[in-house]
Amino acid sequence: MGTILFTIIFFPLVWEAISRWSGLPAFILPSPLEVWARFLRALADGSLLRHASVTLLEVLGGLAIGLSTATVLGYLLAKSRTLERLLAPYIVASQSIPVVAIAPLLVIWFGPGRLSKVLISSLIVFFPVLINTIVGVRSVPAELHDLMRSLRATRWQTFVKLEVPAALPVLLGGLKVGATLSVIGAVVGEFVGSEKGLGFLISLARGLYDTPLSYVVVFSLVAMALTLYGLVSLLEHRLLAWQGIENNR
Amino acid sequence: MNASEPALVTRNLSMVYPNGDGSLHALHQVDLQVQPQEFVCVVGPSGCGKTTLLHLLAGLLTPSSGEVLFEGKPLRGPRRHIGFVFQQTSLMPWRSVVENISLPLELQGVAEDERRHRAMELIELVGLAGFENTHPHNLSGGMAQRVAIARALVHEPNILLLDEPFGALDALTRERMASELLRIWSARTVTVVMVTHSISEALLLSDRLLVLSERPGRVRLDLPVPLSRPRLLEMTYTPRFGELAQEVRAAIG
Ligand SMILES: Nc1ncnc2c1ncn2[C@@H]1O[C@H](COP(=O)(O)OP(=O)(O)O)[C@@H](O)[C@H]1O
Ligand SMILES: [Mg+2]
Repeated sequence: MGTILFTIIFFPLVWEAISRWSGLPAFILPSPLEVWARFLRALADGSLLRHASVTLLEVLGGLAIGLSTATVLGYLLAKSRTLERLLAPYIVASQSIPVVAIAPLLVIWFGPGRLSKVLISSLIVFFPVLINTIVGVRSVPAELHDLMRSLRATRWQTFVKLEVPAALPVLLGGLKVGATLSVIGAVVGEFVGSEKGLGFLISLARGLYDTPLSYVVVFSLVAMALTLYGLVSLLEHRLLAWQGIENNR
Repeated sequence: MNASEPALVTRNLSMVYPNGDGSLHALHQVDLQVQPQEFVCVVGPSGCGKTTLLHLLAGLLTPSSGEVLFEGKPLRGPRRHIGFVFQQTSLMPWRSVVENISLPLELQGVAEDERRHRAMELIELVGLAGFENTHPHNLSGGMAQRVAIARALVHEPNILLLDEPFGALDALTRERMASELLRIWSARTVTVVMVTHSISEALLLSDRLLVLSERPGRVRLDLPVPLSRPRLLEMTYTPRFGELAQEVRAAIG
């Protein structure tokens, strides 16, 4: 707790000091106080919340789609070597394409509205969750599969009582990474073509040389990503309580 | 079930694993019989097919040729009347002791109250009272194996198969667990087939001892153990016991 407090106080102090001694104008390096004032103004006129809620919805949509497709496909790939051999080259190849490069295409195909942003976000969430699902499902010990078989468990019982709980720690690790990446995906989409959202607000601020506003948006994005990360950690804590029992001893 | 009918019979049981550039002959024409409530131990050099044999008896593997008869009927696939204790501890780390033990009942759809009641009975029997809500991470190796044994017994199987259940334990714990197993076996009417690499453990526990040859495994010696029950640890220091151990040792080669 002490270190967190230190970080919170220390960082703005250093920043304030640099911005004063360097004598740079506010459109290059604004002081923390100027950014704070701009934050209050953006809050008061409602623009910040309006744009943030647009981005948040896209992010949540992207997470929902990315997470569901990646876990379903990941499970199938983990269970079938043939399917993996068939699809792996495409999946790996798709990962070598930077999202920034296909974002404009998606905006052309799916329009400048919410859908294209949701899809870009889900694309970026997809890969880490997919990989972790595969690793998680494959890491289930063979003895436990033998055990379930010797007890004549049905496929569904094996899935629910063995594979899901066994893969969950790894899967949640992937979701943590995915949650932070999902914000990047949505913003990249908004950058490319949009009239709403935090990504749009950044390009607007840049055009107006309203650098304090850019800072406000950047911090909002960080806050959003950290909140999502925190929520997944919380989920992890609750679902994996049995690991906590181990650690507390 | 006919009283004189063997609990388990194998006829000409052979197992060949497909293996990379060829095939691996693990078991060759194994013929054996296990009587109801008999305690049979299987010893043999490592890699000779002991685990394979147990998996075949459990219906976890399909033999390449020959067959397994379970209570007179050909075995096709796993049966609920068989309890298995695996070579590696196979507890689910996310489940507590009582939840691990009641898993077989859960899969059979037994009601929660009944499950708990029967699991608690087993916890009592294997001497784990007070640890029912502990998770496997916090158990010693010996305690974990007790849980595995309790889980294998909770659905009241007719046959208990154990694959080197005490292999990972230190010598002292191992001796104690062996006596515990004898006590559990006399408390429950169950037929036992147990794989072990300890000759003295096998002699101390079993009514009959089977020695498998080097791979491909076949029964090289089928030795009724002429020691009276109850078996006590002290028996291992008698000359008679030493002679038997030597005979088995020679058969393993
Ligand atoms: N699933 C498998 N596929 C191919 N070979 C196997 C498989 N399982 C076991 N083997 C081989 O069969 C032989 C017997 O194995 P196993 O029954 O585990 O021996 P033991 O339990 O006596 O040490 C070993 O050489 C082992 O490598
Ligand atoms: Mg083995």
